[in-house]
This record gives sequence, structure tokens and C-alpha cells, in this order.
Amino acid sequence: MSDGDVLAVTEHRQGELRDVSLELASAGRALADATGGDLHVAVVSGDVDAYADELSVDGVDAVHTVAAGDEFNHDVYVAAVEALVNDLAPTQLLLPNSVDGMDYAPAVAESLDRPVVTDAVEVDVTDDGLAVHREMYGSKVETVISIADGPFAVTVRPGEFEPASGTSDPEVVAHDLNLDLDALGSTVEGYEAVDTGDVDITEADFLISIGRGIEEEENLELIEDLADATGGTISASRPIVDNGWLEKGRQVGQSGKTVTPTVYLAIGISGAVQHVAGMKNADMIIAINTDPNAPIFDISDYGIVGDLFEVVPALTEQFD
Amino acid sequence: MKVLVTVKESADIADDFAVDDDGIDETYVEYDLNEWDDYAVETGVQLAEAGIADEVVGVTIGPERADETIRKALAKGVDRAVRVWDDALAGQDLLDVSTKAHLLAAVAEDEDADLVLSGVQASDDSFGATGVALAERLGYEWAAVVSDLDVNADAGEARVNRELEGGLQERLTVDLPAVFTIQTGINEPRYASLRGIRQAQSKEIAPKTPTDIGVET
Repeated sequence: MSDGDVLAVTEHRQGELRDVSLELASAGRALADATGGDLHVAVVSGDVDAYADELSVDGVDAVHTVAAGDEFNHDVYVAAVEALVNDLAPTQLLLPNSVDGMDYAPAVAESLDRPVVTDAVEVDVTDDGLAVHREMYGSKVETVISIADGPFAVTVRPGEFEPASGTSDPEVVAHDLNLDLDALGSTVEGYEAVDTGDVDITEADFLISIGRGIEEEENLELIEDLADATGGTISASRPIVDNGWLEKGRQVGQSGKTVTPTVYLAIGISGAVQHVAGMKNADMIIAINTDPNAPIFDISDYGIVGDLFEVVPALTEQFD
Repeated sequence: MKVLVTVKESADIADDFAVDDDGIDETYVEYDLNEWDDYAVETGVQLAEAGIADEVVGVTIGPERADETIRKALAKGVDRAVRVWDDALAGQDLLDVSTKAHLLAAVAEDEDADLVLSGVQASDDSFGATGVALAERLGYEWAAVVSDLDVNADAGEARVNRELEGGLQERLTVDLPAVFTIQTGINEPRYASLRGIRQAQSKEIAPKTPTDIGVET
């Protein structure tokens, strides 16, 4: 193995390779190119041979498969990735910053004694080492963390890197895992979908989405008035649903619904990454927020910097 | 059983903040109890109220200023707290997950905690790595992004839901001792009562240096 090799660990759920897997492959390829190494991709558990076919895309030099169980289990992933890293000795270990990634990447890094930087939105190779770009303060500030030399682990934010495409003919290497699957400390019993209620916000053309800026539950009346006047459908960011003010089925974002309405009106929503992941592909985004630095304005077609308690009633009046 | 809740003071920045080479000027920064940790505190206090936890201990890494934040957790029902700090840490990059995991692990071992609750992530740096790194360091089991928790102390296990992407939940059983990283929405964090705030003034916050707990930094 040459210095500068990259190992990217993919993920899947319920028989489907998740999108972040091909994004990891392209991020990994760019890093391997910059450091003159090879790109190794790994897939753990499930139908690994089928996944290996799907992962035979441009830029992948080798696919490593570890057949062990069906679905994600962090004990299996930690053991498998540790074994692969010990075997392949990659300088750079790329993992997904998905919910499952968050459940094993820090443990792998700690166990391998590699520094870890999470949730990268951009990774550059510089003369001083690696520059990992990430966001802080609810996406208000971007910071760059430099990693000088030596082995490290980086987790990559889903949806930020172009997915790898094309086809290639990488070497596929099957690895055995020396782990008793019946003696794990955690057992996945199954999955359940959250009850989403009777409104399907993914079908709506015009979503009026409300966030923390509404402050109090009784203020939702303002939004209902606007929805009545315009025929829009009400959706929300996470805090509103966490507070129990609207049902879970109305939540837009990473852990809720992904929506693509014609118009998405974001009221009092700052635009943290988890929310944006669920609505950035709306045809038109309009935002109302008091904070001119709110990241929601970065992706908005139209923005109103103002107090929703003044703007919303004025808007409702225009439609009444 | 004994429950340890990790608590972080989280920085929030004013709308009109300015950035220079050193980062964000302190005048734009306000500190508060990290939103995710508020849910972890509530989870711990509810376990005590249900008679499952005998004691709920808070732990934070931070300077004396952080007493104000951890006292908010004490006012909500955490029994006592440990604050780890020395000036050598001030110069270090606290984004270093491993340093935090080592310090918290030393406290968890010192306290002989059966269950450690931490927030999924901090609202300021959004690293989301400390809890799981801590579990690995301790040799405990864990689950990240927990949206439902049912502890069965007698059976030595917990039934847990993890909140996955797209409205999907994963159900799993996890052996204790364990670290759980708690997602917002798992409960409704209480407001501190006046009585709670008064009581918090007399609750112990034990300052410890890394050396006190046997960690070289």
C-alpha cells in the first residue's frame, strides 16, 4: 500500500445503497488524486456482492466486502472497519456523517487513535496537510480545521459532494470478520416508520413552513390565517415538532420529510443544515427572518429581513 | 443505578457578529446550556423520578464560567456535578474529540456510572462525536441519536429507538452499562422551578483538574 491511500466506507439500509455512498467515493477519489494514492471502498453487511457491483464506478480502485449480518450494527461496523484499516493502512479514512455514521465513526477513530473531524462540507489537500471545511453555529459560520500529517478520519456531510458515476472494473476483495454475531452488545430488532398523520406535505405545491421564530404555540394562529388566505399547506422545522405544536408528519428536514414544492415560504426558520437538506430543491424559496445572517437566505430566491409578526399579517391582508 | 449526564455550555452568537482571524469576538458570544444536553438532563431526571436512577450526576468540561450553565442542570433536578478544568486546557483546541472523551471517561469511571447520557451534538460546533467516542473509551455499549429510551436496570439492558433519516426509527436492545446520545424531542425539558433554582445554589459542583482524575493532558 502506498502512502496517501483512501478508504471510504459506504452505507446501505433495507437493501438499498444510500446516496452518501457514491458521494464518499467521489470525495475519496479527489483526495486520492491529490495525494497520489488509491481509492479503496468498503461495504459491510447485507448483500455485499450486489453492493460491490453498484460501487464499481469511476475512480474506485478496489472494493472490499465484509459479509456479516443484514443491516447496520455499530459493533459489526467498528470491528470491520478496524480490521480493514489495519489491513490496508490507508492514510485517510472517510466515513459518512449520517445517523449511522454518527453511531460508529467516533468509536472507530477513538479505537484506532486517529483524530476525527466530523461533518465536512469540503476537503482540500494543501501544502500544510488537509483542510477540512465545516460549519458551526447552525451553519452561520464556516471554519477550516487543518490536519497536519499522519492518519486521520473525516466524516462527510451527506448531499455535499457530487455522487461518483460511470462504471469501472475494480478489484473486489472479500474479507472475513472474526466476530461472534450472536454475542454483540446491541441488537437491532427492526424498523418502524413514524406515524405521519393525515396531511402529506410532500404533495403540496405551496408550503408555508414555520420555525422557532414563532416563539409561542398560540402564535401559530397567524400562520393558519395566512394558510387559509392563500390555500397553502403548513409545514415546520424541527423545534416546532419537538415542542409538540405540530405533528411529526409536518416536519421538513433530514429526520422528517424531503419536499419539492413550487413555492416554499420559510418563516422564522434560520436554515440549519438538517432543515435545508429537506427543502433545498424547492422551485422557489422565500424566507422571512429577522437575522440577516441567517443561512436560509443563502439558498433563498427572495428574502425579507423583518419581523414575522409584522410581515405575515401584512402578507395575509394582501391575499384576503 | 447511577446516571451521569454530560453537560456542555454552548456558545450562541449575536445576529450582528463579526469574525476576525482569532474567530468570533467574545462580546458577540453568549453561553447557555446546550439544547441537546437539556433533553439529556430531562431524561436523567425522569429516570430518577421513576425510581430507576438512584443518583444523577452532571459533568462538564469548562472554566469557572461554566458553573452557571451546570447550575441550570442542577436546578432541573440533577443531584450534584463535577467540573473538569485547568488552565492548560484553555490553550487546547477543545474540538479535539479524544481529549474530551478521555476526561469524561475518567469521571465516569470515578463515579462508577451505569448509564451515561449526553446530547447528540453541541449546538455551537455540531461535532456530534463525543458520546460515542466516550463509550468506546469506557468499553461501554452505546446508541447514537436516541429518540426513545426504556431502561430495564434489573435485566441490565435498555430498549432504545434511534432516529434515522426520513422519519424512520430503528428499534434496538442495548446492554448496560451504556452511553446514549439523546436527540431533541425525546421528552419535554422542564423549566427550573423557583424551588429548584434555590436548591441548586447549595448543590455541590466539584472542581477537578485532569490530574485529579488521572488524565495527562
